[in-house]
Amino acid sequence: MRSTLKLAVPFAVAALALGACGTKGGDTTPAAGGSGGAKVCDQKIGMFGALTGPNANLGIYIQNGVNLALDDYNAKHADCKVALANYDSQGDPTQAPALAKSAIDDKKVVGIVGPAFSGESKAAYPLFNEASMVAITPSATNPALADNGWKVFFRALGNDATQGPAAAKYIKDTVKSTKPFVIDDASEYGKGLADIVRKDLGTSVVGNDTVQVKQTDFSATVTKVTASGADAVFYGGYSPEAALLIKQLRDAGFKGTFVVADGVKDQSYIDNAKAAAEGTIITCPCVPPDVAPEFQKAYKAKFKEDPNTYSGEGYDAATILLDGIGEGKDRASMLDYVKNFDKKGVTKQLKFDAKGESADVKVFAYKVEDGKIVSVGEIK
Amino acid sequence: MQFLIDNFAALTVTGLAIGAVYSLIALGYTFVYGVLRLINFAHSEVFMYGSFAAVWVVMVIGGHPGGSIGQVIFWVALMFVAAMAMSGLVAVLIERVAYRPLRKRNAPPLIALISAIGASFVLSETMGLREKIAGWFGLDDTLRPYVNNSRNNVPLPSIIKPQGVFSIQGYEVTNVDIFVIVGAIAMMIMLDQFVSRSRLGRGIRAVAMDPEAAALMGVNRDRVIRVTFLVGGVMAGAAAVFYLLKIGSTRYDVGFILGVKAFTAAVLGGIGNLRGALLGGIVLGLAENYGSALVGTEWKDVVAFVLLVVILLFRPTGLLGESLGKARA
Amino acid sequence: MSTSTTPTRTSRPDFKGRVSGLPTSAKIVLWALFAVFLFALPLLNIPFITTADSDFGGVLFTVSTYVLVALGLNIVVGYAGLLDLGYVGFYAIGAYVVGVLSSQHASLPWLVAVPVAIGVAMISGVILGAPTLRVRGDYLAIVTLGFGEIVRLSLINSQWLNGAQGISNIPRPPGVTLFELPSLDWSSGAPVVDLDNTTTFIKFGIGDFIPYYWLALVVIGLVLLFDILVKNSRVGRAWEATREDEDAAELMGVPTFRFKLLAFSLGAAIGGLSGALFAGKAGFISPDNFILLLSILFLAAVVVGGAGNRWGVIVGAIVVGYFPERFREFAEFRVLVFGLALMLLAIFRPQGILPPRRARRVRRADEREEHIEEGLPDA
Repeated sequence: MRSTLKLAVPFAVAALALGACGTKGGDTTPAAGGSGGAKVCDQKIGMFGALTGPNANLGIYIQNGVNLALDDYNAKHADCKVALANYDSQGDPTQAPALAKSAIDDKKVVGIVGPAFSGESKAAYPLFNEASMVAITPSATNPALADNGWKVFFRALGNDATQGPAAAKYIKDTVKSTKPFVIDDASEYGKGLADIVRKDLGTSVVGNDTVQVKQTDFSATVTKVTASGADAVFYGGYSPEAALLIKQLRDAGFKGTFVVADGVKDQSYIDNAKAAAEGTIITCPCVPPDVAPEFQKAYKAKFKEDPNTYSGEGYDAATILLDGIGEGKDRASMLDYVKNFDKKGVTKQLKFDAKGESADVKVFAYKVEDGKIVSVGEIK
Repeated sequence: MQFLIDNFAALTVTGLAIGAVYSLIALGYTFVYGVLRLINFAHSEVFMYGSFAAVWVVMVIGGHPGGSIGQVIFWVALMFVAAMAMSGLVAVLIERVAYRPLRKRNAPPLIALISAIGASFVLSETMGLREKIAGWFGLDDTLRPYVNNSRNNVPLPSIIKPQGVFSIQGYEVTNVDIFVIVGAIAMMIMLDQFVSRSRLGRGIRAVAMDPEAAALMGVNRDRVIRVTFLVGGVMAGAAAVFYLLKIGSTRYDVGFILGVKAFTAAVLGGIGNLRGALLGGIVLGLAENYGSALVGTEWKDVVAFVLLVVILLFRPTGLLGESLGKARA
Repeated sequence: MSTSTTPTRTSRPDFKGRVSGLPTSAKIVLWALFAVFLFALPLLNIPFITTADSDFGGVLFTVSTYVLVALGLNIVVGYAGLLDLGYVGFYAIGAYVVGVLSSQHASLPWLVAVPVAIGVAMISGVILGAPTLRVRGDYLAIVTLGFGEIVRLSLINSQWLNGAQGISNIPRPPGVTLFELPSLDWSSGAPVVDLDNTTTFIKFGIGDFIPYYWLALVVIGLVLLFDILVKNSRVGRAWEATREDEDAAELMGVPTFRFKLLAFSLGAAIGGLSGALFAGKAGFISPDNFILLLSILFLAAVVVGGAGNRWGVIVGAIVVGYFPERFREFAEFRVLVFGLALMLLAIFRPQGILPPRRARRVRRADEREEHIEEGLPDA
């Protein structure tokens, strides 16, 4: 038993030491804070999304936008800067809850930009909601997200339910397609959108197909499209697959119109599809000039590339939170501030409705012309 | 079913083209497996590096769509040289860093798989982070066009415009299709001849058949293994060029899915068997296309794997059986 | 050739010797203390061990699912010697059975859904294993890899399972609210009991993952007990014989196929159990949770730790599950560093961190043999 004693003694000592060190908290005085108090510095905003791993590109584009907004803010408030806390979920819903918890536990984090994807949003929002931490997603477009009753949910872009019908309308009325073909990428975003388009186009749809994210060879799909004699193709998905798909479609002699949505609206689509991208119609719930020229210039100066998918939304979401911090809001008072926010951002008028959706979302159509994305007007 | 019959030619030609690429990558798996009896999990990254080398060399020399026939031939030849050199190098490097130390320590075969997985992560992430890494050396601005958008697709500057050459059943077979299919098969035949005729090839077969006896006969095993990796890598480099001509862009993580497919193809044909890799790749490419036509594109990969299971049930060592040595490669 | 004799560490056998020399009662006390320590771990918030950038309780839960999965996969890979690259398939089946029964198509309580999930995973193990376990070695690897992908793609493409949207609102495990446990706060350098930051024993809520971790620990304990009993029985010996030489085992009257199938389905059942546990904690599952890469990480956990040694496998699972979370400060270089770590572990601990006793024996025999063969060309 001697050895046991030897081991037991340190434990006992440790226990005593803990007791001696005393306790904190547990009394009735509330935690410090409240908007009335002195100005609090070194606060943070969180960036929640995939920054490494296979889905990292979208997250990084958003993060770039957020960083730009922070630079703007910190240049104006050099005496009281705000820092960025990164929560790299790798787009994985499994990692999301623990990250959300750690953001909540960090008392300096005032609000979150993200989560970037719909899947991780579903995993993280319940926690944010319980902790009253505002989270403005710059990119998750699943319409059902707003129906969960999360009071902290805000979406800095239109959801699929506003964009889908507009895309269908454009295909019907402007492209005057009689034989549209609808393809999705089986992702929550792409399939959700494509299903709405399918429903709205109704019986005129000559064919449907589903590809997979990260697929590169679309020969079977291409054959289906060309065999169907389609005069327009709608693709619900992101730009890497869209670029390869249209390229392979054009190589196989497809002559119709290619219609895509905001997930494709970035320079890399044109860089990759090149000549095949010409004439592509892109619908987007974002106001032209979609990316304000100053924003575009500043972005290019800092990151040496053009703003990419959701960079502008990331910038806007961060700006809302930073404006709030500038007015001395803390985590608790931020919620009301964001609810009543109404200013022009780089992508649209930033204002939210009761469910946290962007209010007054107008869907615009853009067209790829001479390697540039140009606006061709609102879809009404 | 009607759709499959109506578009049989189109599905066959495109299936053959992608199948030929699978075959060339599958060779690397088969080769290494034949000699070392292990799955070279990092082979997919060998392919990926080759594809980047091919894209970069075209960017350096300024390939453009309007080149004359002579220019286009020159550009494509350079792509092959660059991709094969890069892939060969990476493959030999993997052997040196991830496998040889294990062999020297008599490690169990499973741990080699882990080492290869580690190497695969390192290689693909290095490519995905190339902008940051170039930044350490202050080279990111000099190399801007090569490191930009490092997590996104990188396009091959278009140098060949696909043009219909002849048509079957209403499908225009393009020059690219023909080049990819014929080129890949020619590569395989060349390799086949190399393995069955050359001295080194005999060494490879000898080690594959019986390493100890080969060693007794004076075959330098380490050298044979290095050559094996080199040859597998060079073939992956060639595959990368064919792939780029057909698909048109690459990415730091492009290897993973293609690697899984190619490995499936190798097993399908009989792993360790060169002709098996050719057959396996083409069967897989065709099965994917026919399967997509029959049950829907979303089930394409499911069709491929179900086919694999079924074939292994009836032919437990693949279509053509195992063994680099025995199959008289 | 180069007989790399790693210097045998002297400290561990000593410690081990001392521990095994203790009387049983003392051993029980030691084990109990260790168990208490494990349970208290998320509350202690020990500096350096605690993950700074992700919630420690959540990370510990993730690590414990890795441990559970690794224990299950160890039966397949370590004991029976079957290379399984699609283990995530069973994990997914377990989680989805719970999702379907408790949220998507019925509203059974979590506790009722779990046994069903284990059963379904086990049956799917038999269905997959019965035709495919006849193929040997590396062929099995690709067949199982295919199985994992088939499961994932079927989840994505099946509307009945809600496709890529996944299943939400999965009920939590039942709990009772008994008392509050405080945690420690080290921010001032010395530990201070933090009464603001408490965990309710045992309430399975949204924002606190520590009770889930406790639940996982209990499950791990039960699985370990089961593992020890099975390994030391006739079944364990049959697996060992099959793994070492299948033909010889068959000749000696061991029905190798049946034992392989048993290992496969037991492994599948534990995979299903882990999935069910995960679904209960997450409340939301989607096909994104079950990617192929996860199978590879699970296998890495088993092999890095030392396939065949349950303690080694646990250590391996901790390495694979915990390190990427602990070293978040590497930011975008996280995956790269993890890859390097795997390579280094493979090269410097080729038998695993804690190799099974048998492997150590074999290794010694090999070294003796090599010593005799010295002078021959490298073979």
